[in-house]
Amino acid sequence: MSPIAPPGKAAAAQAQASPAKGRNKGPRAMGTAEQTAEGTARAGGAPALGEGAVPAYAPEAAQRLSALADVTAGDSALRRFLHGLPGVDAVGLEARAAALGTRSIKTTAKAYALDLAISMIDLTTLEGADTPGKVRALCAKGVHPDPGDRTTPKVAAICVYGDMVGTAKAALAAAGDTDVHVAAVATAFPSGRAARSVKLADTAEAVSAGADEIDMVIDRGAFLAGRYMDVFEEIRAVKAACARPDGTAAHLKVIFENGELSTYDNIRRASWLAMLAGADFIKTSTGKVAVNATPPNTLLMLEAVRDFRRTVGVQVGVKPAGGIRTAKDAIKYLVLVNETAGGDWLSPQWFRFGASSLLNDLLMQRHKLSTGRYSGPDYVTVD
Amino acid sequence: MSDARDARETRLGVFKTYKLYVGGKFPRSESGRVYEVADAKGAGKDGAKDGSWLANAPLASRKDARDAVVAARKAVPGWSGATAYNRGQVLYRVAEMLEGRREQFAREVADAEGLSKSKAAAAVDAAVDRWVWYAGWTDKIAQVAGGANPVAGPYFNFSTPEPTGVVAVLAPQDSALLGLVSVLAPVIATGNTAVVVASERAPLPALSLGEVLATSDVPGGVVNILSGRTAEIATPLAAHQDVNAIDLTGASPELAAALEEAAADNLKRVRRPSPTPEDWTADPGTSRLLTWLETKTVWHPMGV
Repeated sequence: MSPIAPPGKAAAAQAQASPAKGRNKGPRAMGTAEQTAEGTARAGGAPALGEGAVPAYAPEAAQRLSALADVTAGDSALRRFLHGLPGVDAVGLEARAAALGTRSIKTTAKAYALDLAISMIDLTTLEGADTPGKVRALCAKGVHPDPGDRTTPKVAAICVYGDMVGTAKAALAAAGDTDVHVAAVATAFPSGRAARSVKLADTAEAVSAGADEIDMVIDRGAFLAGRYMDVFEEIRAVKAACARPDGTAAHLKVIFENGELSTYDNIRRASWLAMLAGADFIKTSTGKVAVNATPPNTLLMLEAVRDFRRTVGVQVGVKPAGGIRTAKDAIKYLVLVNETAGGDWLSPQWFRFGASSLLNDLLMQRHKLSTGRYSGPDYVTVD
Repeated sequence: MSDARDARETRLGVFKTYKLYVGGKFPRSESGRVYEVADAKGAGKDGAKDGSWLANAPLASRKDARDAVVAARKAVPGWSGATAYNRGQVLYRVAEMLEGRREQFAREVADAEGLSKSKAAAAVDAAVDRWVWYAGWTDKIAQVAGGANPVAGPYFNFSTPEPTGVVAVLAPQDSALLGLVSVLAPVIATGNTAVVVASERAPLPALSLGEVLATSDVPGGVVNILSGRTAEIATPLAAHQDVNAIDLTGASPELAAALEEAAADNLKRVRRPSPTPEDWTADPGTSRLLTWLETKTVWHPMGV
């Protein structure tokens, strides 16, 4: 009865096909020396979009999503749709994520991957002890990650709590940079346990303070209790609250907190739910629980965005967050992106890392590549 | 009866897989490489080829060196923050553990250096005594190297020696155990952590010493032991920005000059190899202890 092709079939076919396809894409996607010299992949401002797909914030997206209006028409229809998604082969998923983690990325490809990873970072500080001074220092670091080397790309965004948006905006402006976005976590982050009015007010305040992106958490309690429509409507409402008076809107990232969803099937359902509700990005986790981003659950979400674009024609980004600390890990994630969603997602527009200590390791690896000497933590900032 | 004898004769010996000692664990080389180690009998100038085969030792790569430095750096706060008294106890414990494995080490040293049984046993005993000697120095070196300085003002002025940090140690090539202990013990006695490159030709006693250290309360990462080509491992260590000092004892004069140049980049403290062969059985003195200490001087106002 479902109007779309079962995504599972497509996923299986792609899983078969993608190793060979990935190898073909490798040299192009992982870059050349010239691209490295340019510094970063963010340079081309236009988002990479294939097959006539549109981003979720484009006006056409609403119309395309409305093609699936019948599955979101009511609680039971939505439940039937989400539970009709094919089950996840956990063993296969983990094996594939592990196999992709063994790729060897060296020399010029590594240089390109390091710069790409830096340009994809949402440099994050989400502590109770955040001070304006710390946020300003983080902004300065985001604009010039390595003051000794101006070819180092900027990070994609600075991710802070809503009340720090103004500080971050001012600090970025003072650093002379408007490309670096400010992302604010909202909707009673990290637990998401608050009344909807509070969550919407939280979002609206961050947007009016100038946030370019909103990272919302879903109501895991409602999701796990099976009240999918509540979650769906809440995402819709938050997306509406992201609108600015001038008609534009802050981009919405939806955090699932995979560690609390407990099964891969739930992660697949949450991914489709959020994308149907209009998420611009789907994000693995808050970084505040024991299990955060892992290669398998990120791979699963990448499959979901790939299948979603194929069925609906709307492209959604993915953001793994929490627990990604080394350049090696980051490059493994980039391989996952290239091999699963494809080269179209290899841009800060469509893939981000939520991280703080990752940046230092990427910078140390960059030093190593440029000088041939192993670098140390004495040569990057403490944060 | 004959069955029992047959069983004894046909039993296959169990060969030991020598491994690196990094971060308190015993990994193989990241590269998966090994090299053949031969005994010293009839060893010519290029060593290994001439004697008979003893075992395969891991041929560590520069990535093993990098991992060892990470492990050593991680161990710095705990080890340098431990009290000198505690460090002395731990070093004494190493001597106790080594004493318990004298026969094994005597055999390994005899094979490695071509010594007679009694001379090898004497070398092991000297190594045990060397640990005890340095164990005693841990809480006394501060009195020798530091002190209260007289100043013309209302201040207390103290100089205290502090550990340098991560020290790369190129162990002597000639003395596989006693020489190794003589260069390693002063590094950790003063609160530094060490990445040791074992003697290239005779690394087996050093790798076995890792097993002793692992069972003697030395926190993981305080001592990391690598075996392989000295020049190959030492080059990235000398250039490494997160290594604070390097002991070039086991380097040839040409290699030592090149390494010292590489080490200058982040102002590493360098100990040059002795121009004449060192006598490892002689009283070591405090020279090696003092090399790995940085003097901190504090001015403190006297009360009104």
